Amino acid sequence: MEPASHVASIIAHSGGAIGVAWLMIAFPLIGAAALLLGGRASDKYGHLLGVLMAVASFVVAALAFFQVLGFQPGERRRGVPLYDFIPGIAKVGLLVDPLSISFCLLITFVGSLIHIYSIGYMSHDPARRRFFAYLNLFVAAMLLLVLADNYVGLFVGWEGVGLASYLLIGFWQHKPSAATAAKKAFIVNRVGDFGLLIGIFTIFATFHSLAFADVFSAAGGASSGTLTAIGLLLLVGACGKSAQLPLQSWLLDAMEGPTPVSALIHAATMVTAGVYLIVRSGPIFQGAEAAQLVVTIVGVATLLAGAIIGTAKDDIKKALAGSTMSQIGYMVLAAGIGPAGYAFAIAHLITHGFFKADLFLGAGSVMHGMNDEVNMRKYGGLRKVMPITFVTFLIGYLAIIGFPLLSGYFTKDGIIEVAMEHNAILGWLAVLGAGITGFYMSRLVFMTFFGARRWEPTAHPHESPAVMTWPLIILSIGALGLGAFLIIGNRFMTFLAPAVGAPEELPSFNPFTATGLVTLALVAIGVAFAWFRYGAAEVPAVAPRGSFLTTFARRDLYGDALNEALFMRPGQWLTRLAVFFDNRGIDGLVNGLAAFIGGSSGRMRRIQTGFVRSYALSIFVGAALLAGAWLVVGNL
Amino acid sequence: MNGTIQAPTIEYALLAPMLVVFGAAIVGVLVEAFAPRYLRSAIHLPLTLLSLAGAFALTVWQALKGVPTKPAAMGAVAVDGPALFIWGTILVLAFVSVMLINDEGHFVAAAAAVPGSAEEEQALYSGAAHTEIYPLVLFAVGGMLLFPASNDLLVAFVALEVMSLPLYLLCGLARRRRLLSQEAAVKYFLLGAFSSAFFLYGTALLYGYAGSIDLARINAALGTVGGQDTLLYLGAGMLGVGLLFKIGAAPFQAWKPDVYQGSPTPITALMASGTLVAAFGALLRVFWVGLGGLDWDWSPVLWGVAILTMVVGAVLAITQTDIKRMLAYSSIAHGGFLLVGVVATGTAAQNTSALSGILFYLVAYGVTTVGAFAVVTMVRDAGGEAWHLSRWAGLGKRSPLLAAVFAFFLLAFAGIPLTSGFFGKYAVFQAAVSGGATPLVIVGVVASAVAAFFYVRIIVLMFFSDPAADGPSVVLPSRGTAAVVGFAALATVVLGVYPEPVLHLAHSAAQSLFVR
Repeated sequence: MEPASHVASIIAHSGGAIGVAWLMIAFPLIGAAALLLGGRASDKYGHLLGVLMAVASFVVAALAFFQVLGFQPGERRRGVPLYDFIPGIAKVGLLVDPLSISFCLLITFVGSLIHIYSIGYMSHDPARRRFFAYLNLFVAAMLLLVLADNYVGLFVGWEGVGLASYLLIGFWQHKPSAATAAKKAFIVNRVGDFGLLIGIFTIFATFHSLAFADVFSAAGGASSGTLTAIGLLLLVGACGKSAQLPLQSWLLDAMEGPTPVSALIHAATMVTAGVYLIVRSGPIFQGAEAAQLVVTIVGVATLLAGAIIGTAKDDIKKALAGSTMSQIGYMVLAAGIGPAGYAFAIAHLITHGFFKADLFLGAGSVMHGMNDEVNMRKYGGLRKVMPITFVTFLIGYLAIIGFPLLSGYFTKDGIIEVAMEHNAILGWLAVLGAGITGFYMSRLVFMTFFGARRWEPTAHPHESPAVMTWPLIILSIGALGLGAFLIIGNRFMTFLAPAVGAPEELPSFNPFTATGLVTLALVAIGVAFAWFRYGAAEVPAVAPRGSFLTTFARRDLYGDALNEALFMRPGQWLTRLAVFFDNRGIDGLVNGLAAFIGGSSGRMRRIQTGFVRSYALSIFVGAALLAGAWLVVGNL
Repeated sequence: MNGTIQAPTIEYALLAPMLVVFGAAIVGVLVEAFAPRYLRSAIHLPLTLLSLAGAFALTVWQALKGVPTKPAAMGAVAVDGPALFIWGTILVLAFVSVMLINDEGHFVAAAAAVPGSAEEEQALYSGAAHTEIYPLVLFAVGGMLLFPASNDLLVAFVALEVMSLPLYLLCGLARRRRLLSQEAAVKYFLLGAFSSAFFLYGTALLYGYAGSIDLARINAALGTVGGQDTLLYLGAGMLGVGLLFKIGAAPFQAWKPDVYQGSPTPITALMASGTLVAAFGALLRVFWVGLGGLDWDWSPVLWGVAILTMVVGAVLAITQTDIKRMLAYSSIAHGGFLLVGVVATGTAAQNTSALSGILFYLVAYGVTTVGAFAVVTMVRDAGGEAWHLSRWAGLGKRSPLLAAVFAFFLLAFAGIPLTSGFFGKYAVFQAAVSGGATPLVIVGVVASAVAAFFYVRIIVLMFFSDPAADGPSVVLPSRGTAAVVGFAALATVVLGVYPEPVLHLAHSAAQSLFVR
């Protein structure tokens, strides 16, 4: 366990781009407001304004990043005080440090690319302007989440991204399935948010402050029981937002949203907020080993569950969603390990942001060419007709399965190595997860791009326009080389160290450890198995019944059934009971009180007769009472 | 003295703001007498606005020069920190109110004509107008300036009358619903005269007790004169009636809804903001300076008055169906909240924080009130301003911007954070808690919650109800009205988001407390 003293202290004043870091949030917020309030007049240029705001935010983030790089490592944590609401009690400020600026770059860069992609993807949608407004709103909220220097700001951003996610999942609300999925995401997230909220309350009760600086510097003095409670509550919040077990069920349904949304919110950025929360709250978790253990268990369980779900889905987006769950499971696992894992968690988060966005946008490109068909059993042989989509998708695929020298190879294997060192059971389970990843991702690629053409007769697949392929190309470059850039020479770990601490001994990258070789072998077996089942053999048009295990995976490991039986039905009974008591008891009291006040108002009104003589009388009586009371009080 | 009368020494520089306003008022009377009809209004408006602006500049100049530590004009007028702050507040509020008053269509063409008569038709047709309004307003404003600064009870009485008499007249000059307006004027006059009599009688009794009408001497006598307590308590009580009447504290609040409703709306705005500020200044000075040594005795009585005022204002407002009456009751409730600060006396530091809280509250409330009444002037139907709340249903769908601004003012009245009202309440209640008036603050918070109901109800009405088919239309505001609404909205935002400068100013004004 690392002492938190490795973390550098925050320097309050900064100029330059850091001093105006709030612009990062302001630009997309203005964009969202302008697009929502602008009305139809802004239909023509609305999408361009949205893109412009996202890009402007990226420019500020990039400038701030280079400014951070210019400081000595010990001076790279910069506070940006914004507003003192009640002096000394309620302050609002931002914190620009290596951790938050890494997120800012990811959010604004990938966000900008997805904005651009959406110009093409949503070109036929009459509500495109509203779509861009929500996207901008999301970017603003997400940046607030990572930039806030206190838990209140974080929570506001947290709720903001939840709102944007809800609005975008249900963007095509004319489809009942989309409306239901939006509601489901909202309700499941409510559970997580409630945990986070209680966690924040507990933090305030314990430390009498919600500023990161105050809380973390005092965390060492709190009892480990309190810290464990706080850590577990924060973990509940993280599970909701990041779709970790047991709050994972909403993510698969969230794929009802437009594909760029799935790429930006439900793959690259928002769902990683839980990882951010755990890493940011590092000093709390480091004082609570039990909470850390739970975090790692949740991570491993989810990475396996997500991978298993991914193996059985025929819907290309749902298969990718299962993969997202699984990959975030890796990040959570690493985040639970402590300073040794933080850098890998965030590095994997960033590379995953690139290759998963690449994969989702690639899937979107395929759907765009296939009349919005999502069933992979009706794809096949698309590599010839969509060459750019195919090549970029292939790079993303190789990156996620951990093909040597691509991004995922460095970041995911880093997590596996650290986990192995931390706890052998967790480590081997993570290796197993990597093998399954090799299988389900290969299955996806083979079913989509290889084999026979099983298209619907009406489908005329074609390559997507340049506005959609260019973002794919740029993202695939990230998927190709970013991992090596971040991991080799511990570049990223050293960069993050002032913000989150680092292990005493920096790890050295070694491609030939036993763990690494076994992982590669398992992945290869997974790929080969997938080729045998889906590449070489013919894919049936209707999914075969399959074994018990297949059904288990297809039904999302009975997650929904479990939720329904355990929570939904008892919950419905509970709400009925609560409504009953609410109507009879609480409402009775409240309504009675309201009726009493309203009634007394009605009665007292009659005093106001409109006759000046009665007014004068009331003044006279009042004067008598006043002077009389005075006399009584004075002579006591 | 040897029978000779010495010429009084008067610090003209200190009194300059008042003298400018009174001087301009007299010039206004001369304009009425000698300038041709078609020129009058063109002279009056710049004269009025310039004199108010000039008086404001002189007030600022005084404050920058340093606050005097002695009463001026032979002890009759005290120009101290709080007085200067209150003057500045009143002058700003009067300035924006005059911009509303200047708008066309609020005032009767010929006040003497019987409502509905041929004479009235004729006056309307010939475009007659009562340009006397401007000098009347200036006299009222002059009285408002003198009232909180008067350091002896007779000057206070004179100031009270100078302030009130023009207002009685102005109340009766509404162009529409003239009978209601005239009724309001008569009621206000009768009850005002009644309460002034109490004030004067109280002054006489206190003179009988202390042998002086000077506030500082009365205070000094509190410790030395014995055996005359009945005289003292009756006198102080009657004085209190006169002052509490002006701020509309219960049980002396009955005039407020009727008068606020009947008066021309710009005049209501002036009364609801300027008069309230002036009356609170005077109340504070009389109770804290003149009766400061007696606070153990008057504070329980004022506790009762404050509670009653908050409850009556908040509860009665709930069942109002008229926007102006609702705002009147809201003003009563706010008077109660301010009284909470008045009783929070104790050590000098506590007094300072209570006083600065009250001063900030007065600024915040005054500005928002003028803004709210300015909005009321803009929502009209065939019969003039649409006061009935049912007519405001769905306003948010017809004029979203105006409804949003009004909703914002209402939220400020309710004291929602990030509006000026929040900091006003916060400052006053905080001072009251540290002054040991926690139960009073609890009542205040509960009353605020009740009050929030009727503010929010109007917001709901505006935004979530369907507009009536023949609903009122929002007139395009004249430049003056638009500027007033814009100014009030801006001030409400700024005071809610960045209150530091004004809080700081109020604090430094309150630092020296009242001179004695």
